[in-house]
Formats: sequence, C-alpha cells, structure tokens
Amino acid sequence: MTTASDTPAVPVGMTTTPAIGPIAVAAGNAKRKLTSPWASFAAVVIAVLWTLPTFGLAISSIRPELKIKTTGWWTFFSDPQVTLENYRSVLSTRGGAGLGDYFVNSFVITIPAVIIPLCLASLAAYAFAWIDFKGRNVLFVAVFALQIVPIQITLLPLLKLYVKAGLSGTFWTIWLSHSIFALPLAIFLLHNFMKEIPKELLEAARVDGAGHVQIFFKVLMPLLRPALAAFGIFQFLWVWNDLLVALTFAGGGSSVAPLTVALANLSGTRGTAWHLLSAGAFVSIIVPVAIFLSLQRYFVRGLLAGGLKG
Amino acid sequence: MNNGEKFLLMLVAIGMFVAVVGIMLFIAGRFNGRRGDKVVALAFLAPTVIMLSVGLIYPGIRTIFQSFFDGAGSKFIGLDNYQTIFTSSDQITVLRNTVIWVLITPFVATGVGLIYAILVDRARMESFAKALIFLPMAISFVGASIIWKFVYEFRPDQAGVQQIGLLNQIVVWLGGSPQQWLINDPANTLFLVIVMIWIQSGYAMTILSAAIKAIPEDIIEAARLDGVGRLGMFRFVTLPSIRPAVVVVLTTIAIGTLKVFDIVRTMTGGQFNTSVVANEFYSQSFRADNQGLGAALAVLLFVLVVPIVYYNVRQMRASEAR
Repeated sequence: MTTASDTPAVPVGMTTTPAIGPIAVAAGNAKRKLTSPWASFAAVVIAVLWTLPTFGLAISSIRPELKIKTTGWWTFFSDPQVTLENYRSVLSTRGGAGLGDYFVNSFVITIPAVIIPLCLASLAAYAFAWIDFKGRNVLFVAVFALQIVPIQITLLPLLKLYVKAGLSGTFWTIWLSHSIFALPLAIFLLHNFMKEIPKELLEAARVDGAGHVQIFFKVLMPLLRPALAAFGIFQFLWVWNDLLVALTFAGGGSSVAPLTVALANLSGTRGTAWHLLSAGAFVSIIVPVAIFLSLQRYFVRGLLAGGLKG
Repeated sequence: MNNGEKFLLMLVAIGMFVAVVGIMLFIAGRFNGRRGDKVVALAFLAPTVIMLSVGLIYPGIRTIFQSFFDGAGSKFIGLDNYQTIFTSSDQITVLRNTVIWVLITPFVATGVGLIYAILVDRARMESFAKALIFLPMAISFVGASIIWKFVYEFRPDQAGVQQIGLLNQIVVWLGGSPQQWLINDPANTLFLVIVMIWIQSGYAMTILSAAIKAIPEDIIEAARLDGVGRLGMFRFVTLPSIRPAVVVVLTTIAIGTLKVFDIVRTMTGGQFNTSVVANEFYSQSFRADNQGLGAALAVLLFVLVVPIVYYNVRQMRASEAR
C-alpha cells in the first residue's frame, strides 16, 4: 500500500539525465492530464456542491438574527450586514445557549482521551511486535478481532458498571470509555508501523545492554512519531466529534457534556434558532478543522494505513 | 465545578495515569533476561487486557444475554425481542431505512470520490481541490447535520415570506413550490443519506486517489501505445488496478453507515419514519427504557457488521500483498 499520496512518479534525479525515457514519461503525464473543459467543469461543480452548504452557514453565522430568519444567506452579498452578536450570545451563559462551558468540556474530555489510549496502545503494540512470550499470536488476533465489536453493544452494561463504581456522570466515564474503544484499532495500527522498523536496530540496542523499557523509549518512540501523530489526530477528531458516547455517559448538563451534545440538544429544542445554531456549529467545527488542516499529511497517511473507525 | 477546576481535574487524571504507568515500567525495567521478557510483556499488556475485558468483552456478552430478556431486564422471553424487530411495523420501517442507507451511501460516496479523484488527478491546484471535498471529514456529524438542516430549511409558501434554505430557494427559482424535505416519508431518508454521502466522499477520494497514483506508469504507457482511449483506459487499466481499494472503501463506508446515529438524532430525532437501527437502539435503551429490545438491536448491528468486516479485512490484506 502506498504511504505518501503526493510522491512524484518519476524520481527527481532522473529528470536531469538527458535520456529519452523520462521525457516520454513527462510527455505522457502531460497528455494524461484531463484537458477536456467538461472534465474541469464537472470537477468545479462537485467542488461547489461540496462547499456551498458550509459556506452558507458560515455567512449566516455573522448576519444579524432578524436577517437570518427573514432572508436567504445569498442576499448577504447585496445587503452585507455583519455582526458578532450570534457568537457572543451562543457562548455566554446569561441569556444565551451557554456553549462556552461545553467548549471547555470538549477540551477536558478530548485531551486525556487521546493521551491515555495512545500510551497504552504503544506499549501493547511493542509487546506484540518485539517481545516473545507464550500465547502472543492468539492474544494479538483476539485484540485485532475486537475491532469489529460495535460500541453500541457495550454501552448499557458499561453504564451500569460505572454507576456501581460511583463514577456515573463524571469525566472519568468518558475518558475510560473512549480509551477502551480506541485500543483495538490503535494497537493494530501501531503494531503495523512497529513491524516495519528493522530488527537489527533493536538487536543492536539489546547487545548494548538496553532492556525493553529503554528500547521502547529511546529507540522506538522517536521513530514512531509519525504513526503516533496519525493516530493521535484520528482519536482527537473521533472524540471531539463523538455524540453517542457523550450522550450515554455524560448526560445533558453543562457540567460534563461536550459541544456535540449541546448542539444536538439545541437543534432538537430550538431547531429554528438559526442565529444560535449557525454560530454554535462553527464554534464546534473550528477546532477539528484547524487541527486537520495543520496536520493533514499525518491524517492522510493514517487513513491509507487502514485507520478509519467505522 | 467551574472551568478552572475542570482543567485541574484533567491534569490530575493525566498525572495519575502517567504515575501508575511509570511505576509499572520502572519495576518491569529492573528484570532482565528470559524471565524479564515475561515480566515486561505482562506490564506492557496488562492495562490493555484488563480494559478490553472489562470494557468490551464483558459488556458485549452481557448485552447478548440481555437481548433474551424483557424491557425491564428481569424476565426471560426467548427470541421475542428479535421477533419484534422483524415483525412490528415500526421496527420494519427501521430496517427498511437501514437498508436504504447501507445500499445507497457506499456506492454513491465511492462513485463521487472516484470521479473526483480522476478529475483532479494531476490537475492544477490538486491538493486544494482535494481539501475542499475532504474537509467535511473533519466536521462532526452533528455539525454536518446542522449545516444540511439549514440547506433543507422550509418556509411556508406565502406572499412576503422568503425561503432561507438553499434547496427550497432553488426550487422556487425554478418555478416550483417549497417542500418540507425532512417530513415526507420515505423520501426524507434520502435527504439524510445525502449528509452521509457528503461526509464520506472525501474518504473515498483520498484512498482511491492514492491507489490511482500507484498504478505503474509503464502499464498506462503501454495501453496508450495500443491506442486505448480515455474511457477504455478507465475501464481496462484504472478500474482493474484499483479494484481492491474500491472494495475496501465500499466496505469501510458500509460499516460506518450501518452504525450511523448522530445524523438521524440531530436532524429528525428518528421522527417521521427516519429511524435506523443504531438510532432505534439508543431510543429503546436510553429513552423508552426497553433494555431487551435495545440489546437485541445492538446484537443485530453486530451480526450485520461481522460479514462486512470479514470481507473488508480480506480485501485489505489482498491490496497490501500487491
């Protein structure tokens, strides 16, 4: 499977050699480019269709409430009125939707729910990849197979366990749940990356007298940084955007519930309050989009390695 | 708890986690040789094994067990819950909708992704063009649902009332009358499916674009020398070469679609005959207090996912082996 999507088909060095091969290939590349105006037109149509809905809501979020409710967002261009009032009222607790608290909750939920499974999964993946012990393969296959378990099947018994342990309605339930649900996929992905590290490197370290713990931290961790980044982004987006787990374990109040829960509630109870919904949606979108755009490279690499949680 | 205290609690939790793992590793690191291997493996794997056993395996078995009991979870009723799923008219609507979702979403999303990947392949501003389609993947399903709910927004067809939803405005511009897209069954399910297609096409495009770029240049060159046209190129070169990737994309999206919950919850709450299995599971388990039926729906989801995952993994293996 390819790991990088943008590697040029022709190695850079070859283009400088005055041979016929590369030139023919380059000409082929030029020809293969779709020159048909219809093709470009179709691409633009799809791109516009895919962008317009988000764009419309973005424009709406900065229009005055009355304007949003009486005229379409496209009239903004003939009658541009801009306000930040929607954002103020959706975030503030007094007289607004109070999304500010939920925004904080989303961060408090997400950060540990990324760090904990990442640490545990890399330890487990190391053990599966580089330590010999009895039953290793059976255990690995078992963990791998757990990926197919839909989280729905675990929710109610898990909730009862949390209630029994006195944890219900706290951040702990969400941190633990997200960590548990992330482990099978994380271990599988990190194991694949670890297997690609040359054996000689580890053997050399062992000959030098390093134990597993030292090898793990000093040799593997630096090499694994791209893989950890890839999975970290997945888990961040997954947890930040999750609704089901939060709805099940956090309840609806502002003490623990994240932004997604608040937004879904807002959409259910005040489905026509578009000045709040549009601004609220953008408050929730801004963080994952920023993360995604800045770390897109790792995200794509992770996707190609098979890391999409169904 | 105020917001400062929340962050403090978060730091304490991370600190506790690091401390526990650190102590375990410190102890494990003091063992050497063959016996050391065993101790280290135990220390590295114990947290994972415990968490998966308590958090996935036990609850899973418990739910399967529960699916043979009544709503309160006290009386054994055999297969009655499953019978309800396949006979009661509400539940049959749920099944019908789920089938619509799973049949349409993977194929349309993959189709759009594939077409777009081919269209922008080696075009100018390729990465920008891809980012546009890809961006919905970063948005939560809840956010995406609100974005599309706004597109579908309906205002009554009266003098002086303007449409604020884009779709209805387009209908009006074309001379039609505005519709309540999310209310009329069964078409409303299709309008929900569009949201999922919107989100998943970017995923399909990314994977397929990488697969297209991996086709060896000499194969394309040879086909061109043989005088194969653009459509022929697609039919005889591109498609066969990326077939495993297409299957992986189709099955992955199908699995995600089977479990779709957030979109239905946010856009209609499952009303107007739009519920699907994953949403019905939530409603029965946590709103209607019918644990037995909820458990049976979760088990059904599990049973439906297994064959697709099996096929997906086999294809992934096949495409890796190439």
